[in-house]
Amino acid sequence: MSTAPSPTAYNYKVVRQFAIMTVVWGIIGMGLGVFIACQLVWPDLNFGLPWTTFGRLRPLHTNLVIFAFGGCALFGTSYYVVQRTCQTRLISDGLAAFHFWGWQAVIIGAIVSLPMGYTTTKEYAELEWPIAILLTIVWIAYGAVFFGTIVKRKTRHIYVANWFYGAFIVVTAMLHIVNHISLPVSLFKSYSAYAGATDAMIQWWYGHNAVGFFLTTGFLGMMYYFVPKQAERPIYSYRLSIVHFWALITLYIWAGPHHLHYTALPDWAQSLGMVMSIILLVPSWGGMINGMMTLSGAWHKLRTDPILRFLVLSLAFYGMSTFEGPMMAIKTVNALSHYTDWTIGHVHAGALGWVAMITIGAVYHMIPKLYGRRQMHSVALINTHFWLATVGTVLYIAAMWVNGITQGLMWRAINDDGTLTYSFVEALQASHPGYIVRALGGAIFASGMLFMAYNVFRTIRAANTEEAEAAAQIAVMGAH
Amino acid sequence: MDMGTIRGLGTVVVMVAFIGLALWVYSPRRKAEFDDATLLPFADDPEAIAQVRQAQDQSKAHAHSKAETSPKP
Repeated sequence: MSTAPSPTAYNYKVVRQFAIMTVVWGIIGMGLGVFIACQLVWPDLNFGLPWTTFGRLRPLHTNLVIFAFGGCALFGTSYYVVQRTCQTRLISDGLAAFHFWGWQAVIIGAIVSLPMGYTTTKEYAELEWPIAILLTIVWIAYGAVFFGTIVKRKTRHIYVANWFYGAFIVVTAMLHIVNHISLPVSLFKSYSAYAGATDAMIQWWYGHNAVGFFLTTGFLGMMYYFVPKQAERPIYSYRLSIVHFWALITLYIWAGPHHLHYTALPDWAQSLGMVMSIILLVPSWGGMINGMMTLSGAWHKLRTDPILRFLVLSLAFYGMSTFEGPMMAIKTVNALSHYTDWTIGHVHAGALGWVAMITIGAVYHMIPKLYGRRQMHSVALINTHFWLATVGTVLYIAAMWVNGITQGLMWRAINDDGTLTYSFVEALQASHPGYIVRALGGAIFASGMLFMAYNVFRTIRAANTEEAEAAAQIAVMGAH
Repeated sequence: MDMGTIRGLGTVVVMVAFIGLALWVYSPRRKAEFDDATLLPFADDPEAIAQVRQAQDQSKAHAHSKAETSPKP
């Protein structure tokens, strides 16, 4: 033990900032999603302006929900978890503040540049090179704070949640840098360093691992802390969590080619992607079961605790979409599902059901603790939010399943003479009712976020500075 | 070495690594260490750690008493 005086309080300031911005960006990003869903129902909503067309707003929606909402949630919870499980303050308050403000600057950059039409055209990596470089610098600061804090930890063991957060940080940096290597031709236009099928493969190596390491591994870190904490029971099997970690990160990285079935990508690469995607079911479900079984003997808590309900339902949706994903990666299934709304349904089963719900549960758990309150302002409102989120998700994905299978079947239908049975427009018309239901489901889900914002606002307003400061004190029972 | 051999070796390496990991993780020698680690989310929260410890003791005592009262084969 060192004799230097160690700080006596956690850095909760940056966690509070990220937690609040999670809610703010959640409302804006999901609201924009509802708007573009409405554009697909009523095309006139693009107002005939270039800045408000679906093609420009859709990347802004994905950037806002993934990097602004999801990002802030991951940063806030990772700073909370790493401090509390390492029983030490963040290594640098200044770098953490730079991380927060730098990240908000990246998001503002996206909000300005994407509607103006500046884009690399790479899905989920649309931000042009100046913003991409800023993102890299901010990300390195994040990594320095996170891993620096782990290095100066007071505990012997590095808790498993930190392993997942750590993999998320390292691999996201690698993916972002490799996929963004490009040649700038002007201040806001660059061209990828890769060409043809290679470019496509690198893009989907990035794209699928953005799902694997940003939207899965990071949020599994969240799961391994907040599910046990909220259930007041240790994780079902710590040993399984270690196998889960290594198996998941070893397999995920190979699954990207399933985004390029029946394209110019070599057949062997497509088959490799398919096989790896199917095997991925095993670690995914291992982790899901580990989280679920943590509740064994404590299922009754679900009756009274809507936060736990959010966390557990998110695991159920995680299990569902990690079964659906491998199935859709099978080439013959993909021949039906690819390019249809089924894919959008699958993504949202993961994004709304898993990522958003576990985030919402984690934020409801954290907010009172960050401000020294016993619980949220209104537990009943959390329950309202839970049901809005559940009904919204189910409507959304059910509509997209119906649409996706309808589209897939109509596109492949052939007459006796080999001509197509249906024109594209006929399939589009058949999709219209599904688009209405999807917009409705999305609106219901997004409306839940407004209840959350009100609840968070009232909880924070009821807190005072002394309570909040007391909450940040490091209290250790010498339990390690 | 041709491509097929390298791929085959890759598979072997990953398989050995996985088996090695499983043996390492499930070795009884590491049980105590993991039992400690699994309590880390509660360790900095005096109220929570007390509750979790109590629940664990209860379930152990429960399992113990069940074993004692069950009829001998």
